Amino acid sequence: MNERPSSGSRLDPWVDSYAQRAKNVSGSAIRALFSVASRPEVVSLAGGMPYVQALSMDHMADVAARVVREQGARALQYGSGQGDIHLREQILDITAEVGVRAHPDDIIVTTGSQMALDLVTRTFCDPGDVVFVESPSYVGALGVFRSYECDIVHVAMDDDGLVPNALRETIESVRAQGKRIKLLYTIPSFHNPAGVTQPAERRREILEIAQSAGIAVLEDDPYGLLGFEGEPPRALRADNDQGVIYLGSFSKTIASGLRVGWAIAPHGVREKLVLAAEAATLCPSNYSQLTVSEYLATQPWREQIKSFREVYRERRDALLDSLQAMMPEGTRWTIPAGGFYSWVTLPDGLDATAMLPRAVAELVAYVPGTGFYVDGQGVSNMRLSYCYPEPDRIREGVRRLSLVVESELEIARTFGTASAPSPGSSIPPGESSTPGPDVA
Amino acid sequence: MTSRHVLVLSGGLSPERDVSLRSGRRVADALRDVRPDWHVAEADVDAALLPYLQQNRPDCIVPLLHGAAGEDGALRDLLETLDIDYVGSDASGSRLAFDKPVASTLVSGTGVAVPEFVVMPQSTFRELGAPAVMAAIGDRIGFPLVVKPTRGGSALGVSIVRHSEDLPHAMVSAFAYGETVMIQRFISGTEVAVSVIDGPDGVHALPAVEIVPESGMYDYHARYTAGTTEFFCPARLSEEMAATVNEVGLTVHSVLGLSDLSRSDVLVDDDGVVWFLEVNVAPGMTETSLMPQAISAAELSVGDVLAGIIESD
Repeated sequence: MNERPSSGSRLDPWVDSYAQRAKNVSGSAIRALFSVASRPEVVSLAGGMPYVQALSMDHMADVAARVVREQGARALQYGSGQGDIHLREQILDITAEVGVRAHPDDIIVTTGSQMALDLVTRTFCDPGDVVFVESPSYVGALGVFRSYECDIVHVAMDDDGLVPNALRETIESVRAQGKRIKLLYTIPSFHNPAGVTQPAERRREILEIAQSAGIAVLEDDPYGLLGFEGEPPRALRADNDQGVIYLGSFSKTIASGLRVGWAIAPHGVREKLVLAAEAATLCPSNYSQLTVSEYLATQPWREQIKSFREVYRERRDALLDSLQAMMPEGTRWTIPAGGFYSWVTLPDGLDATAMLPRAVAELVAYVPGTGFYVDGQGVSNMRLSYCYPEPDRIREGVRRLSLVVESELEIARTFGTASAPSPGSSIPPGESSTPGPDVA
Repeated sequence: MTSRHVLVLSGGLSPERDVSLRSGRRVADALRDVRPDWHVAEADVDAALLPYLQQNRPDCIVPLLHGAAGEDGALRDLLETLDIDYVGSDASGSRLAFDKPVASTLVSGTGVAVPEFVVMPQSTFRELGAPAVMAAIGDRIGFPLVVKPTRGGSALGVSIVRHSEDLPHAMVSAFAYGETVMIQRFISGTEVAVSVIDGPDGVHALPAVEIVPESGMYDYHARYTAGTTEFFCPARLSEEMAATVNEVGLTVHSVLGLSDLSRSDVLVDDDGVVWFLEVNVAPGMTETSLMPQAISAAELSVGDVLAGIIESD
C-alpha cells in the first residue's frame, strides 16, 4: 500500500473555506425520499404547498397583465427597500382582521415572511444567543436560527400551544446557565407543525411572561386568517406593539409563488430591519408587490380567503375522519381548527423516520417529526399536511399510511423495538429531513 | 458518424430517484456535448413512457434508474420485448447483480473472497422468534457486522452493527427498504470501486477509486455531499494490488454476464485480500459518483465513453 501515492480529492475545492454556519446544514437520505413524493402516484401528505388552484387564474392573469400594461415601468424597476407604500397601507387592512393596528411606516415588505425571519434573526442574534421555540417548531425557522448559530431551546407545548409555566421555568433555567435569551419565536394560530392554537387567555399570559423577562416575541402568523370556525384569533401583536415583532404573509391567502410577506416591528427594530433588507436584496420585488396590490384593490380578497378556508376545512375533515377510521390503536393526532397541518403521534416505539422509506414504497409521504426539533425529539411523530391533496386522495393516503403503520408495528413487535424508540435512527443535527418548499 | 435519437431514462419511484435524476441530467448533457448532432432526450419512467417509446422509437436508451425496476432487470426485459437497444447489462445479468446474495454467491464461486453472510426474510424472524435468530446470527457472523437490504443501493438501510443490542434497530432500518436482509461479516480495510467498461476497444477496468469518508462510513450523506469524502484515483495501491483489484472487477463483470459498464465495490484488507461487496449495473453518474471519477482518471469523458458504447452496439 501507499507505493503510488496520489493526491486525494473531495470534489469541492472550497470545502475548507466555508463558514461554520454553512457546515451546520446539509441534505440527507430522508430528504432525498421527498423527490419521489413529487410523482403523481404518491399521495403526499408531506409538503405545505397552498392550493393555489382555488384561485381564478383568469383573474390572476388580468391582474398581472394590468400591472405590466399600466405600471410596467415601475413594476420592472427597483423599488423602496422598505416596500411599496401603497401595499403597506393595504397590508394594514389585512392585519386589522387579527386586531393588529399600525402605521404603514411600521411595516417592511419582504420576500415572503421567511426573509423577515432571517432579517429579525440577523438583527437580534449573535452566535450562542438563545432563541426559544415551541416544541415542535417550524422547520424553516429552525433553519434560520441554526444558520445564525443561535442556541435553540425548545419550550413545551400542549393542545393549547406554548405552555406558560414551561416558558417561565425554561427562562429561569437558561438564565441560571448565564445565557442570553434574545427571542421567543411562536406561531400562536394554527401552528406548523402541531396544528394547535393558543387560546386568548394563554396569549395574555405568554405576553406578560415575555414582557417581564424582557424577551422580544417573534410572532409568525401565516395561517391566522385560515381558521375554520368563528373570527380569526387576535394576534399577540394586537395587545403589545412594543414587545412583539409580527410576521405576515400572502403565501397562504393569495399565492406562495408571489413571495410577498411582511414584518411589523417597533420603530427602532424596523429601522434596522430596513437596512438589513437593503443589504440582503436591495428591495423586495416591485413586480410581485404591485401584483399583490392590484389584486387587493380589484379582487374580492375576503371572499377568496373564505373560499380557501372552505377548501382546507373539507380537507381537514377528510384527514381527521380517515385517521379516526383507519389508523391503528395507539395512534394520536391533533385536531387543527385552521391552517394546514395535524401532528400525529405513532404507537409506542415506532420511529417515523425509519418508517418513511416503507411509506414511500407504498406511495404515501409525510414529514418525520425529528425535522421539527433540534434535539432529537419527535422520533415517534409525523406531520400530516392536508392543504394540497383533494379529499379522496387524502383518504387514500391515510389508507396506505395505516397499512404502513400496521406493518411497522409488526416489525417492531418482532424485533422488540416497540417499547424502545431509537434516538439513533433520527437524523443527525444539521441534516435536513424535511422537504423543500416545492414538494406538494 | 450517424445522427441518433438517444433517450436517457432516469427518476423512477425508488428511494434513489433523486440520485438517478442527477445522473440522468449529467449523462444527457455529456452526450449532447460530444455528439451535438444527436437528439438526446430525457424521460422519467411513468405512464407516459410506453406511448413515447412506441411513437418515437429511440435508437438507443440509456437507463440510469437506480434501485428496483432500473437495476432488477424489469425495465430491460420490457425494452427487449419492444426490441429497443439500450446501454448496459441485459435483464438476466441485471437480475443476478441486483440481488446481493445471488451475486455474492456467484462471485464467490470464482474464488474471489466474499465476506461470510446470511440472508433472512422478515417472516423467519417473526416465525422463529427474532431474539433467538439474531443471537444465532451474531454467534455465527460475529461483531461488528453489516446489515443491509438484499436489493437497493446508495447504502440506504445499511448499518454497521458493533454490539448485539444495536442489532434490532439495524434490522428495522433495513426492513424499511425491503422484505429480506443480508447480514454480513464486517471487513476492515480500504474501500475501493472498480469500474469496468465494455466498449469498442473491448472489456477493460478503469483506474480504481479509493474512498475515504470523513465520517468513517460511506453512507448516503458521504456519497452525495461534496466535501464529505476524500477520493483517491488511482487508488493508493501497489501496482500488483491495483492489478488484482481490476482483475476482480473484470471477473465479476464476466461471471454475472454483464455488458457495457459495471462498477464493483470491494475492500482490500490489511493482508492484501480483496473482498467483493456488491456490483452495480447502473452506476451513479452524479457530480460525486465513482464511475465518472474513474473515467476522468483514464483521461476519458463520460460523454465519449457512453457515445462509444452506443455506437458500438
